Amino acid sequence: MSSSETAVIGRSAVPRARSTDPGRARGHEREAGKTARRLGLRFLALGYLLALLGAPVAMIFYRTFEHGLAPVWNAVTQPNAMHAFWLSVELVAIVVPLNTIFGIGIALLIERGRFRGKWLLGLILDLPFAISPVVVGLSLVLVYGRAGWFGDWLSAHGIQVIFSIPGMVLATAFVSLPFVARETVPVLHELGTDAEQAAATLGANAWQTFRKVTLPAIRWGVVYGVVLTTARALGEFGAVSIVSGRLEGQTQTLPLYVQDRFENFDTTGAYAAAVVLALLAFATLLGMNLLAKRTRRDEVV
Amino acid sequence: MSPEPASQALAPSAIGGQGRRGLSFGRRARDRPGRGGPDGIGDGRLRGRAGTALGAGLLGVYLSVLVLLPIAALLDSATKGGTSAFWHAVSSPEAVAALKLTLIVSAIVVAINAVFGTLIAWVLVRDEFPGKSVVNALIDLPFALPTVVAGVVLLALYGKGGPTGIDITFTRAAVGLALLFVTLPFVVRSVQPVLLELDGSMEEAASSLGAGGLTVFRRIVLPNLTPAILSGAALSFARALGEFGSVVLISGNLPFKTEVGSVYIFNQVENDNVSAAASVSVVLLVFALIVLGGMTWLSRRGSRHVL
Repeated sequence: MSSSETAVIGRSAVPRARSTDPGRARGHEREAGKTARRLGLRFLALGYLLALLGAPVAMIFYRTFEHGLAPVWNAVTQPNAMHAFWLSVELVAIVVPLNTIFGIGIALLIERGRFRGKWLLGLILDLPFAISPVVVGLSLVLVYGRAGWFGDWLSAHGIQVIFSIPGMVLATAFVSLPFVARETVPVLHELGTDAEQAAATLGANAWQTFRKVTLPAIRWGVVYGVVLTTARALGEFGAVSIVSGRLEGQTQTLPLYVQDRFENFDTTGAYAAAVVLALLAFATLLGMNLLAKRTRRDEVV
Repeated sequence: MSPEPASQALAPSAIGGQGRRGLSFGRRARDRPGRGGPDGIGDGRLRGRAGTALGAGLLGVYLSVLVLLPIAALLDSATKGGTSAFWHAVSSPEAVAALKLTLIVSAIVVAINAVFGTLIAWVLVRDEFPGKSVVNALIDLPFALPTVVAGVVLLALYGKGGPTGIDITFTRAAVGLALLFVTLPFVVRSVQPVLLELDGSMEEAASSLGAGGLTVFRRIVLPNLTPAILSGAALSFARALGEFGSVVLISGNLPFKTEVGSVYIFNQVENDNVSAAASVSVVLLVFALIVLGGMTWLSRRGSRHVL
């Protein structure tokens, strides 16, 4: 939010001529009252944010680096920690492209397609916001687990989904599914089909039209959605917790590692991993805010 | 044009330009006039039939494998033993306690969010102070931060050995605090764009007619904000209902005391009571969907009365 877009509604500090006019005096009082109220609101809001967000986050950084950098580095370079980190990265590297491609596809179907089932697509896009992550994990186990719908078929073919990477991919993909689609739909909507139709009349086929007309126009929406998807995928905990079996050094993502260390009273290890995730979160915030302005500016061709 | 607040993407229904409130499925997509063709949405021309069919087919497979089949399996498992088994699972004392705790704490958290979220949005839009843009960016932190880290972070300050001397571990307050943390952005980001677009002249007119600040807020501003607040509140509630990662460390998960619905489900899964877990899951899910759908309907009704 740039400061130029906000205005302080009410009166700014305009010097007023002295006067004994009672109306003016009342105006002064009202002025002072307004400022007091504004400051009061501001401190109330900031105080709340400080107590809820600021202080806890600051505390964690303080606690982590309290004894210097060495113990932190030590904790972070533990084999299990490193494995957890790279596993998280691997999951993100698989899930984000999948959800980007299919997200754009969903958005195209919603905005450019004509068929009766659009409400189902909308419901699918809303589901990850209504469903608890543990329920996601459970539902995946019910299909792909040993006792699940495909359990027999999968074990007959030697494919392990639950307690293994594919299951974790599915869980992470489920919870991070909607973001690219949701960011692309309004952009596609505002874009309209004019340019695409023009391209068609000039002889472009569907793929060329998509690549040269549609995609450049939606790119910032897509990028923004990708950032959100990455953040969500990286931070996923509940669903992955259920489908992974939380096997140390094998199917433990970084968030799961944090829990593991915490439950084993290794606060240094837990805090160190938490700080790594927090730093990644801050990077995400930075990306989100930088891109937020872009999305608005570049969304229409 | 307001810059896209980052967690606005959290609001359901990206379908249709600016109205980011409400669910995707339903009438919203259809009643929004767009620059598309005669039916108002797209002109139905997904060019390149074969490619489109293949793409749509692949998409269908992806969504089935990922979402549709698992949800179907969930419903199937929940109803496996018939209504009696479902009811038995859902009305077990521990399940009831967990669900009650979840609902009550979520409701309180949502109420607090409605007030403070609006306040924070107000201050961010209407006030100026150094560092405001940083504060604004930080609002999205609970979204970007993994939930388990949120729990750890809150414990560092408000748990054992924290500098404040407060220790909320293993209390219901801990559950509330964790939920407050993770649901912070929803109301704020829902209300901000509405406030930004609000025309100040109405308020100034009311003010010049002698209305005090509170009256102006109550009668002019608040009615305009209500749909957004409700929408943010619904999202907060749905999120709070299902929250797991931040609660699981901080609350100790004591059955009948601090065990929330999601933790109960988790424990049932770990103990291989999948059917019971599925039944309670369905209850939670239906609650969330009802709240989301209901609030959407309410906020759409409300927005018709807005100036």
